[in-house]
Amino acid sequence: MTRKGRRLVLIGAGLGVLALAAGLILSALTDTIVFFRSPTEVAQQQVAPGARLRLGGLVETGSVVKSGTLTTFKVTDGNATVKVAYSGILPDLFREGQGVVAEGALQADGSFKADSVLAKHDEKYMPREVADALKAQGRWQEGGPAPGAASPPAQRAPGS
Amino acid sequence: MIAEIGQYALALAFALSLAQVILPAWGARRNDPVLMSSAGPIALALFGFIAFAFGALVQLYVTSDFTVVNVAENSHSQMPLIYKITSTWGNHEGSMLLWVFVLAFFGALVAEFGSNLPDRLKALVLAVQGAVAAAFLSFILFTSNPFARLVPAPAEGRDLNPILQDLGLAIHPPLLYLGYVGLSISFAFAIAALIEGRIDAAWARWVRPWTLAAWIFLTLGIAMGSYWAYYELGWGGWWFWDPVENASLMPWLAATALLHSAVVMEKRDALKVWTILLAILAFSLSLVGTFLVRSGVLTSVHAFATDPARGVFILAILTFFIAGGLTLFAFRASELKQGGLFAPISREGALVLNNLFLTAATAAVLVGTLYPLALEALTGDKITVGPPYFNLAFGGLMVPLVFAMPFGPLLAWKRGDLMGVAQRLMLAAALAVVAAVVIAAATTGGPVLAPLAVGLAVFIMLGALTDIAERAGLGRVTARVALARLAGVPRSGYGTAIAHFGVGVCLLGIVCETGWSLEKIASVKLGDTVTIGARSLTLDRLENRTGANFRARTAVFSIREDGAPQGTIEASRRMFAARQMATTEAGIRTFGLSQLYVSMGEESPDGHISMRATYKPFVTLIWLGAVVMALGGALSLADRRLRVGAPRPATKRPRAPVPAE
Repeated sequence: MTRKGRRLVLIGAGLGVLALAAGLILSALTDTIVFFRSPTEVAQQQVAPGARLRLGGLVETGSVVKSGTLTTFKVTDGNATVKVAYSGILPDLFREGQGVVAEGALQADGSFKADSVLAKHDEKYMPREVADALKAQGRWQEGGPAPGAASPPAQRAPGS
Repeated sequence: MIAEIGQYALALAFALSLAQVILPAWGARRNDPVLMSSAGPIALALFGFIAFAFGALVQLYVTSDFTVVNVAENSHSQMPLIYKITSTWGNHEGSMLLWVFVLAFFGALVAEFGSNLPDRLKALVLAVQGAVAAAFLSFILFTSNPFARLVPAPAEGRDLNPILQDLGLAIHPPLLYLGYVGLSISFAFAIAALIEGRIDAAWARWVRPWTLAAWIFLTLGIAMGSYWAYYELGWGGWWFWDPVENASLMPWLAATALLHSAVVMEKRDALKVWTILLAILAFSLSLVGTFLVRSGVLTSVHAFATDPARGVFILAILTFFIAGGLTLFAFRASELKQGGLFAPISREGALVLNNLFLTAATAAVLVGTLYPLALEALTGDKITVGPPYFNLAFGGLMVPLVFAMPFGPLLAWKRGDLMGVAQRLMLAAALAVVAAVVIAAATTGGPVLAPLAVGLAVFIMLGALTDIAERAGLGRVTARVALARLAGVPRSGYGTAIAHFGVGVCLLGIVCETGWSLEKIASVKLGDTVTIGARSLTLDRLENRTGANFRARTAVFSIREDGAPQGTIEASRRMFAARQMATTEAGIRTFGLSQLYVSMGEESPDGHISMRATYKPFVTLIWLGAVVMALGGALSLADRRLRVGAPRPATKRPRAPVPAE
């Protein structure tokens, strides 16, 4: 095989792998991405039942009901609420009045069936999407105390 | 006082790092041996000052000096000593200091052990290292000062994030940084070669051990992080495709590719331009990882920083080094002479295929990691790219790669015989098919593809063994000759086989855990029994316990297998008073290679606790596989040819004779 021929084989193999990778990436991206929605967005937009999405907001105070391993609670952003049902162990940071992100699908009756519940933040910060969604609803100003936060952020020394 | 001295040491280190850039580079330009040789001592001094600063911070943590902001926010006087030490790098400022500490450590190693490097190359390599150090030292000094004071000082610290109070954290970041930052050496060598406009097989022989060392640490660091997430976060998952995990996976993939292309360059003087590009890309991905984790663009367990000023600063550093490196590459790469012809079917060809798939897989991970950020910045849409994407895109690219893996080492250099190799792998393939069939017949449930994947894993492991057996000529020569040949196989030959074997082990663990895990979620009260597979768990008692800085509620279950007692397993929830934060401590019992994993949820007023029990067959193979891979790397690193790394002409290497067909 000539030098040129070998180079062509090399380039061909490279393009082949590239095409395979691009195909896999694009098809995987279109099929598997999950959108984040706040309760208001769920109420305003027509979200098809069964479509996977991440629902984020605050756990409405007094809405958590447990029976065995099944937990139901309401997620709110101040304007709208969505009822969520989840079966399993809740994360350590799951608490009434605190931020939460639930991943799952909307049911035909408008409730939300979650298969995972995330509350991966410490006391000071809430999940970024939730914070943004709350800001969009005018419920929380940057720098102000997070609604439901247990303790205010520590005071920093001037100039530090 | 210690804090001020530490900060002063850092400022001096910054000045030294600038000197490490300017003096050697100027010396290389003017061909002044004295200026060039200044690089070594400066690099050693730089390491000394940064080590001093790092030691100072550790000392502040050990003595719980809450007049320092960093200590006050991340430590607590009642924390056990070991966690006081590890909290030094369990926060943004401290971990950046650890980053430059490791960077300077590698610089010092080059200065100390690089005596066989040509003067100009050594000077340029250390100058590039100095530039990276200068950039990150300025980042620390201007945006993330770990020594800032707090007035008035609080009486007590705010405690380290409880999930980080764990021995895993003591080991994970240093290992990971040794890997991340170790790639800066390959980067520095690549940039130096581009500046010089000259690169040869000797260059690859110098670079390969550094890349290999970084790769070993990165492998162990990733495995350690995965195991830490597995037992500490209480979900029982070992890989979440979290951006922070991807940030460490991407440099690992690039380093793996670099490792393999450097072999081609060393042995056959080919793929020079590509190897240089990979060296730049691997470190660029380390920088991207540092940016993702340290800038606070992500919300995740690891991303504790939320200051946008830092993000912009790291982005500037990242842009400078990546764009600078690639620009230099674009201008100078054409000057590097290509050599070493090879046929498409050959060892080189196989290694090229390896590189193509590994870089494509890296790209798939990069796209999945950055796409949500890009989309949000452009359209405001918030999306999640989760495991389904990565399993499909990354997994789809990994399957052909690992399938081809046993073929590579068996192919001859320059021109290989694919049919001959296929014949030699026949036994391995046949046994793999048998394994798949047996598994498919013996198991019920589980994904359809899982038995096939088991077959693939077995094929990889047996393929690695075939490589060694072929080198020894097992079955064709007498036992004595075979033994003598085995002894003659270079360590790097064993290293390759063992590392490849480790990939198979890891894959087997992944498949078994994903395919055949048993899970039970239940709400139980005292005396209740939950069965999972052949075992039953009975809740014996609920206790209150106290630790140094937490209170725990512990559930003790007794395990029985077919009625026979097998001891107990304890799951608990810890409440850390300082941060008012609870963590889940999963109970884990290992049976052979499998594990039983129990985590405990909240306790209801009527005495029920929610619990989740999971039986994970062969789950430990996932991490053992990674350890085996690292072991293979270490063995390869111990190879005399690599260790000497002398700039001597490529003489005939002592190799096990290849058996005649």
